[in-house]
Amino acid sequence: MASPQPRIGVVTYPGSQDDGDALWALAALDAEAVPVWHGERELPDLDAVVLPGGFSYGDYLRPGAIARFSPATAAVRDFAAAGGPVLGICNGFQILCEAGLLPGVLVRNASLRFVCRDVRLTVERDDLPWTSRCTAGRQLVLPVKHGDGRYLPPPQLDPGQVVLRYVDNPNGSVDGIAAVCNEAGNVLGLMPHPEHAVDPLLGSDDGALLLASLVDAARARVLAAV
Amino acid sequence: MRATVLVRPKPGILDPQGEAVGAALGHLGFQVRDARVGKVIDLELEAADAGEARAQVEQMCERLLANPLIESYEVSIDGEPAA
Repeated sequence: MASPQPRIGVVTYPGSQDDGDALWALAALDAEAVPVWHGERELPDLDAVVLPGGFSYGDYLRPGAIARFSPATAAVRDFAAAGGPVLGICNGFQILCEAGLLPGVLVRNASLRFVCRDVRLTVERDDLPWTSRCTAGRQLVLPVKHGDGRYLPPPQLDPGQVVLRYVDNPNGSVDGIAAVCNEAGNVLGLMPHPEHAVDPLLGSDDGALLLASLVDAARARVLAAV
Repeated sequence: MRATVLVRPKPGILDPQGEAVGAALGHLGFQVRDARVGKVIDLELEAADAGEARAQVEQMCERLLANPLIESYEVSIDGEPAA
């Protein structure tokens, strides 16, 4: 039997920017990429969800603060509670923190400057669906582009929830944290952009390792449901 | 009913915006030891009395206007005697 093509939704909020690249990258990695409008109260039948980068609602009040009340965010919350994999990239990470699906908060870069460059990251864990195609300790090169990327964890954050760390901290994140998952491990947020790094022509294809890991996890859900 | 919400970065939370403002004031020749930058939100709302307005605005702060991990807030209601 041919391996099934998992369906991965990408939610577009007003002000999302990277939804197009996320859809393109997931399709290039052999998923069926499904656009989801933020006003939809129910998600279509999906095996994973991505909240893309951008500036939802113009970052008004705080990044992600208003998008967390979008109908689709409530549906994503239910999807995550049922164990579905949810990936938040950049603004998506900020939305997941504001929505309480991930611990902590992202605030203005310590430098006050918008940073836009490739960064090196260390993979802290390889026992999660997000990094199944990596080994712990491996370094990845991915681009960042954000003004509010300084991660502040809650005091009781379990270090086991840190999935990626910056080698050269670009924004002042506490302990160099670049990606964090929830306790169950099925929700991940990261500031760097794997969807912009899936082809060597773009300078790095390390993003494909993370997104292909997600596609694998989504495919496993399809097979488990058969 | 009019209400005003002051949202401040909590003590101990690095406020790079405040630091930049403090440094700029220093360049202008002002002796500023510390500057912190917050937000003011002016609201006009329907409420029977000041007590109800305060209860509503505090809910707004908890649910949206402030992030309790990094920000504190202060509510004042027009016509309510100062505490």
